This record gives sequence, structure tokens and C-alpha cells, in this order.
Amino acid sequence: MFQNQYETVFILTPVLSEIQMTDAVDSLKKVLTDNGAELVNEEHWGLRKLAYPIQHKSTGYYQLFEFKAATDLVATLEIAYKRDERVLRFLTTKLDKHAIDYADRRKNGKIGKKNQEAPKDATTQKA
Amino acid sequence: MPQPKKPKHMSLVNERVERKDQVAKKYCRFKKAGIKYVDYKDPNFLLKFVNEQGKILPRRLTGNSLKFQRKVSVAIKRSRHLALMPYVADGLK
Repeated sequence: MFQNQYETVFILTPVLSEIQMTDAVDSLKKVLTDNGAELVNEEHWGLRKLAYPIQHKSTGYYQLFEFKAATDLVATLEIAYKRDERVLRFLTTKLDKHAIDYADRRKNGKIGKKNQEAPKDATTQKA
Repeated sequence: MPQPKKPKHMSLVNERVERKDQVAKKYCRFKKAGIKYVDYKDPNFLLKFVNEQGKILPRRLTGNSLKFQRKVSVAIKRSRHLALMPYVADGLK
């Protein structure tokens, strides 16, 4: 079975309690695992401020999943997102080879604030 | 009354002003730093490629190569969709 690596981020409403929020995350995670996706990484960014209000909310819980799956799973996942009223926004992207490499380094903490910021600051000063 | 002496040759074309010393050569920072993937999850980095209203800066200002300008613009658009960056802003910087 041909598999791609994907990354999905979604925003949950801030009105949920801590338990409801983990419930929502688990139910969406279940959509992935039940359909034969292999979870590679998951990150919970917690309650973050949104750059602009969505559905009159100014904050939201961010959750990221990185998974390997067949191509048709993405459609199933996005239907689950649309049906779920707790989800404010979602984005699923396919990872190409550079993105997978980047994601691996990010997972291992090699893309830290220090490692990445240092050369960039040097370039901005020159420019 | 003596007329001011005219130069022999009057060209209508503006003379080129030499400014080579002042203007640094533009370069693509991604090529230089060897960055291959532009992450949409890092709004602080993408902030370098927008103006203070949140608009994407053109290539002639950022110096990005076409390949990476495309990647940057896609990353910024993804970042906006996830409300990590604003679509419209005032005084972002």
C-alpha cells in the first residue's frame, strides 16, 4: 500500500474544559489510528492566542499530528474535522522529503531557538 | 556680457550615478544558509518577509530566489489560515 507522510494541525475552541479538550483530541486521533495511519509525532501547543478572531474566539487549543497513511485517509480526516463543531480550523499538508527531514530535526529538538536563530540574525545584520 | 560657458556636448540622458559602494548585493538567504524547507509553523521567522501591514514583500526587496519566494509565500498563506499570522494588521513591526 502506497503511503505518504502528512502533517495536520487543527484548532479547537477555547470553551472546552481540559477533559473535553483531551476527549476531542483523542476522538480525532482515533480517526487516524482506526483507518490504519501510523502516527509519527504529536504535539500539543496548548491554548494560544489567534492572530485574528475565528467564530468570535480570540484563543484556541492547537494540536499537531504527523502521520503516515494512504492517500484516501486525508479526505476521511477532513470530513471528521468538518463534522466536529469543536474544530475551528484545520490544515493538512503533505510532507515532501525536505519537510520530512525538517520535521525529524524538529522532533529531535535540533531546530531549537538557538541553532536556527544564530545564522539568521547574522544575515539580517548584514542586509 | 559674457555668457556662461556651455559644455560642448549636452546629453539628454541622465548620467549614471555610481552607487556601487553603498548598495550591497542582494542574495537569497535560503540558498546561503542551506535551508530547504520553509516552515509555516514558525511565524516569527516568516515575519521577516512581510511588511508592517502583514503583506508579503516582493522578491526585489527580500532578495529571495524565485524557488524560495514561492515557498515563503505558500508558508505565509498557510500560517495565516491557521491564525498564526494575521491577514491584515497594523503596526506589525
